[in-house]
Amino acid sequence: MTNEDAMIACPQCDALYTARAPDLGEKAVCARCHTVLIAPRRNALLRVMALAVTVVILMAGATFFPFLSVNVAGLSNASSVFDAALAFMDGGAMMLLSVLVLGLIVLIPVLRAVLVLYVLLPLSLGRKPLRHARGAFRLSEELRPWSMAEIFVIGVAVALVKVSDLAQVGYGPAFWMFAALVLISVFQDGMMDRWTIWKTLDEADR
Amino acid sequence: MTTTITTAREKGLVACTRCTRVWPIEKTVCDRCGTALRSRDLRSLQRVWAWLAVGVICYIPANLYPMLSTRMLFTVSEDTIVGGAIELATHGAVGIAIVIFVASVLIPIGKFMIIGFLALSVTGRARLSPHARHKLYELVEFIGRWSMIDVFVVAILSALVQLDVAAAINPGPAAITFALSVIFTMLSAQSFDPRLIWDAEEDHPA
Ligand SMILES: [Zn+2]
Ligand SMILES: [Zn+2]
Repeated sequence: MTNEDAMIACPQCDALYTARAPDLGEKAVCARCHTVLIAPRRNALLRVMALAVTVVILMAGATFFPFLSVNVAGLSNASSVFDAALAFMDGGAMMLLSVLVLGLIVLIPVLRAVLVLYVLLPLSLGRKPLRHARGAFRLSEELRPWSMAEIFVIGVAVALVKVSDLAQVGYGPAFWMFAALVLISVFQDGMMDRWTIWKTLDEADR
Repeated sequence: MTTTITTAREKGLVACTRCTRVWPIEKTVCDRCGTALRSRDLRSLQRVWAWLAVGVICYIPANLYPMLSTRMLFTVSEDTIVGGAIELATHGAVGIAIVIFVASVLIPIGKFMIIGFLALSVTGRARLSPHARHKLYELVEFIGRWSMIDVFVVAILSALVQLDVAAAINPGPAAITFALSVIFTMLSAQSFDPRLIWDAEEDHPA
């Protein structure tokens, strides 16, 4: 058990290393396949948590405020992200698609932010991790590829072009909230050093 | 290779692919994060092929049936994926047409071929170096989610353009099979164990 504690293996190619934290802002990269193994940042825990709180607040706003509105020959319709997700709700198999879209662009990003807060809040206060903190962090990591808010934003851009010769389009407040949200999520992901978080969890439990 | 790489397996260890910790090879579950441990998962290839097969099957109706139907006053037009891209291009939105074509046609088909190639390459003899194949694997992991763009476009348009008699856009059956195809292909790529790519290097040192 002694030296295994200090060792890590590249998850992509199984190369074995003795883990040594690089300087803040530097990265430890696998020598064989160049996967980033460790990338510590200054005040990373606090920053990741601040960004997670912002994600939850912005998402609440972005989901229910009007997102876009169209206007054709005097008829207009405003729609929120929530409406977009429910666009398929008319019946049958399309319901599945509504649930899916809502999950990928709203529920999973929010769930990930909440899980991260649940794991990191006690750690940043120097407390013991809450129950199931490890499972929570693992779930958050497993959900990462399924959080698709940034893809949704590109979808919006495409939809705007498609609809532009058909109707006039106006931006609602939620559009800007959602755009900010995507930028923040990207920053948050760059801040999060998994190795440091796992190590902190280990030390906090001891 | 310039540096000599030792793998966890050569040292009689098994690595957790989720949190990078290493354990004695007989261990089955990571004590730190709860992930199931397998030094190499050859059975994973069966899952790769199974998900890939359903992904390809779902992709066929996704191209035959309409993604959305547009009703304007008295005309109704139905667009398939490729039809929609062509229509955008003829309306002058060539850039957006290319985005849709790449996201909905080139990326899915490219993914099918790359995943199939990688799965074959780890059992037979491979013509590409591990480095090149690892790059392909990273590409597939990174890019696969972006195929969802077209599904989101349909969702946004269907929510937004609901203007009584003037215009209405509704999703077609292809939206759901296409979304399923993207999901199954992502699951296929996630099932693949990239460590298999590097094992050949270990068996026949260069
Ligand atoms: Zn590696
Ligand atoms: Zn683990």
